[in-house]
Amino acid sequence: MKLIFEKSKDGRTGYSLPKLDVPEKPIEEMIPESLIRKEEAELPQVYETEVVRHYTNLSRLNHAVDVGFYPLGSCTMKYNPKVNEKISKFDGFAYIHPYQPEETVQGALEIMYNLQILLCEITGMDYMTLQPAAGAHGELTGMSIIKKYHEDRGDFNRNKVLVPDSAHGTNPASAAMCGFEVIELKSTEQGLIDLEELKKNLDENTAAVMLTNPNTLGLYEKDIDTITRLAHEAGALLYYDGANLNAIMGKVRPGDMGFDVVHLNLHKTFSTPHGMGGPGSGPVGVKAFLKDYLPIPVVEQDEKGFYYFNYDLPKSIGKVRSFYGNFGVFVKAYAYILFMGKSGLKKASELAVLNANYLRSKISKFLKIASDIVCMHEFVVDGSEFKKYGVKTLDVAKRLLDYGYHPPTVYFPLIVPEALMIEPTETETKETLDGFAETLEKILKEAEKSSELLKNAPHNTYVRRLDEARAVKNPILRWKVDV
Amino acid sequence: MKKYSKTHEWVEVDGKIATIGISNHAQEELGDVVFVELPEIGKEVKKGEVLCSVESVKAASDIYAPLTGKVIEVNTELDTTPEIINQDAEGKGWIAKLEFTDESELDDLMSEEEYKKFVEQH
Repeated sequence: MKLIFEKSKDGRTGYSLPKLDVPEKPIEEMIPESLIRKEEAELPQVYETEVVRHYTNLSRLNHAVDVGFYPLGSCTMKYNPKVNEKISKFDGFAYIHPYQPEETVQGALEIMYNLQILLCEITGMDYMTLQPAAGAHGELTGMSIIKKYHEDRGDFNRNKVLVPDSAHGTNPASAAMCGFEVIELKSTEQGLIDLEELKKNLDENTAAVMLTNPNTLGLYEKDIDTITRLAHEAGALLYYDGANLNAIMGKVRPGDMGFDVVHLNLHKTFSTPHGMGGPGSGPVGVKAFLKDYLPIPVVEQDEKGFYYFNYDLPKSIGKVRSFYGNFGVFVKAYAYILFMGKSGLKKASELAVLNANYLRSKISKFLKIASDIVCMHEFVVDGSEFKKYGVKTLDVAKRLLDYGYHPPTVYFPLIVPEALMIEPTETETKETLDGFAETLEKILKEAEKSSELLKNAPHNTYVRRLDEARAVKNPILRWKVDV
Repeated sequence: MKKYSKTHEWVEVDGKIATIGISNHAQEELGDVVFVELPEIGKEVKKGEVLCSVESVKAASDIYAPLTGKVIEVNTELDTTPEIINQDAEGKGWIAKLEFTDESELDDLMSEEEYKKFVEQH
């Protein structure tokens, strides 16, 4: 398929402007010489029909949660209710400007304020910032807060952060970005935190322990109370990666488990679009003693009920994003929370766990599951058995594309060989789960007969097997004008 | 005489110099290698410490020093053509040469036969 730029022909346009009904004024009279563009911008020149066809056809090449099952582990690809989209496009939300005076956007501020409160309630935290634009940005914000907290106490020796070997790759990366040394904690055979390993590594240099619960194997850390107590006794703070919150909403709260800082992914747990349909949003919640370090501004309400941006936090880590975060996403998440209510959110988590265990049980009849503990919202298949058919996890994943499924997360977590990480989410029917399990079994039978069929997969997609190595080494990220 | 570590490095000893790379098995597990962060010449490492890292399309993995010693040479070919590791992990895909200090550490490493068994069990 050609790029829109390659379809361009001089003089074609996709717009028509009404006749000018005011006197024309030369641009030089209004804009300083230095800011006036000397050459035409290299924009594609195309008719409206072509624009519509181009993007419609592009969208048809894509897999999306609106097209089919998308069990991408750790990513919570749940259905994005269309009503949320509609609400977020209301004029009062879509056509406001970040520089508008506060008194003209009270409704928008009220939504942000209320969303902060609701997210605090769901996570058991005291204060929340909505600014971070996605999960890893939330991690960076949260870890910066932790760093500032220790330094503000005059404790400059806490330069280490403990992260389990099953963690999301962003955890060690975010800690390292904040200047911490990352210490990897080896998990137990079952894939849980090893308390002895934790004790051995906790000391007066530990700034924080970063965890997700349930962890990346989809297992609930049953010793979480002991873990947070041990860390606190050593003077370290506890960071909660909210990527897996979908398993526990309304059941248990990270704040009650002893976590001090939490990030959420509104685009995962709270049903806002994800991936290319984003943008994301990664609010960060803290316990009261960390409030002063939150990024500015925070939305507050005065005694007269007026909502405003509070920039007066002298110990703040500063701004982490232009303006106030991805506002449209807040509206969608807020609509979702109000629509679901307390019991609905709880039910969503229960069904997410039920769906995962149902699928796990079906798949365990023909594939090895990495851990024999009952899972939460996701589970991991140990793909080392694929070897006997002469194929790898990647080949199985590529073959799934031929059957119209988005493959699960592959080769993560790193502690499971040839991992396939499956998260069905609560919004899938039993028939969809059955269909996926049957297809997976069928693919194994295909592999038994001919490993080549899998090794050359996908066969039915618009593009065939991509050269990932070349994409990493020689990425073409920009279209350039031919001269 | 080639020897192997539990963390899937191989070592070939010639006098006081040990050539180090990752095993063919490790290469298969990693998938297409796209970047090798070579150690600096002169770097001193203890056995079991991180020597350098290798990045594949799947993940970035640490490579551990199988012996204690000092890096005296690195395979700069890997800077531009890291795929040599996939093509010939235990030959042209060597990563570094180490002047090692403690010969007894060699006893902790596995023979080719032992390593084969080790891989089958894991």
